Amino acid sequence: MPKKVGIEVSLAVSEAVCAADVDVIPAYPVTPQTHIVEHLSELVADGELDAEFMPVESEHSAMSACIGAAAVGARTFTATSAPGLALMHEIVFIAPSLRTPIVMVIANRALSGPISIWNDHSDIMAQRDCGWIQTFAENGQEVFDLIIHAFRVAEDPEVLLPMIVNMDGFTLSHVIEPIELLSASEVSQYLKPFEPQLVLDPKNPVTMGPVGVPELYTEARQQAESVLNGSKKVIVRAWKEFAKLYGRSYKPIETYRTEGAEVVLMTMGSVTETAMTAVDRMREKGIEVGLMRFRLWRPFPHEEFRRAVRGIKALAVVDRAISFGAQGGPVCSKVKSALYGAPYQPQVFGFISGLGGRDITVEMFKQMVKKAIRYAKKGEGPVYELIGVRER
Amino acid sequence: MAKVDAITGWRNLEIGCAITEPGSSRKLKTGDWRSQRPVTDYDKCIKCGLCWIYCPDMVYSPTRDGYFKWNGDYCKGCGICAHECPKDAITMIMEGE
Repeated sequence: MPKKVGIEVSLAVSEAVCAADVDVIPAYPVTPQTHIVEHLSELVADGELDAEFMPVESEHSAMSACIGAAAVGARTFTATSAPGLALMHEIVFIAPSLRTPIVMVIANRALSGPISIWNDHSDIMAQRDCGWIQTFAENGQEVFDLIIHAFRVAEDPEVLLPMIVNMDGFTLSHVIEPIELLSASEVSQYLKPFEPQLVLDPKNPVTMGPVGVPELYTEARQQAESVLNGSKKVIVRAWKEFAKLYGRSYKPIETYRTEGAEVVLMTMGSVTETAMTAVDRMREKGIEVGLMRFRLWRPFPHEEFRRAVRGIKALAVVDRAISFGAQGGPVCSKVKSALYGAPYQPQVFGFISGLGGRDITVEMFKQMVKKAIRYAKKGEGPVYELIGVRER
Repeated sequence: MAKVDAITGWRNLEIGCAITEPGSSRKLKTGDWRSQRPVTDYDKCIKCGLCWIYCPDMVYSPTRDGYFKWNGDYCKGCGICAHECPKDAITMIMEGE
């Protein structure tokens, strides 16, 4: 039986990657990197992990090397954050197009400017449409488990897509939490060796990444889109098998005290735990409020979402990034579009909060819920609003 | 006009649009966007082979009697052959004429 240990979440990420027995870790080792690859380089140097650690000259090169490694059939991992992810941007789109099942952890942080190193979701939202499977973790244990799950899903012959596991920078990445670490032998029951469908091999030559002329590009994109949407059943199945083996169960969308709720908060990532406290306190006072969280962000779980909102009067969607000029945040925009034409449509109110490392407190969640209740009664509210902005 | 015959439905594409068959680019006929095509006057041609040497798309191939035959499937109509021909034996003609 695995034992719980107190460990910094970044180090637990390295332990998960080690337990998954990866073969290649290309990474830019300097800031904005976390302790993840620092500890992985130690594990490789100490002989605890038999892998190639490639300290490359930039994140653009890191992702390029990841694609090369996965293309020869290596289990591949990398990690980055905000500006590092932005520098990867060009190559991030190529990985799913080549169907290379890389697993990447992103310690979510704000994009500059003004210069910020702190936590929000603006880095990943700028990569939202890149074609990777994307999950969001709430706590350290979930980060660990989602990494093991990510290798299983990404390498599934029906999927063969890269996968991003998002965890909040600092709030999770630099915090010590009690985490049950699975050993390599425990993980091996769940994660079989990677069996690539196509590999770069001089004895059996193939060309990966050829030009997509106008006559073929659309068809190639249809393949990428179809595989990503189809991956949801593999994602859910892999979570069910994870629960059978290790006892922790995960779903695309989690709900908390939504029974009979007038307003339901919608969150992603670690702020969910603060939101739970806010929900508990408001429930004690008789306010009918619940909470819903997206764990799976891409492919977006449309059916599960429409089922989950049935009977709910209003949603208060909390975004941790601004979609500039769109008048809202990316999560709220997606929620609204997912409800268009749905047989049951709750009212939706968008709130943007927790930008660039500012905490979202219990009081702020309460404020959002109260506003949403007021707007719902009136039947209208602002298109979106920022919570916690100082006016003077 | 060149006909593109390497084109297929998305379900038939290899994983990640990979190419698993060597030499398959022959099937993709790339000359369909040409606006002009070269025509050789064999009375002027001295069989020097400069059209064959200079063509960036290897559109010319030697024939048994020493001349060079043009293959329109891959010619983009750049006119380099006409420009290089020392005897002005190659003329660029507008497509459709």
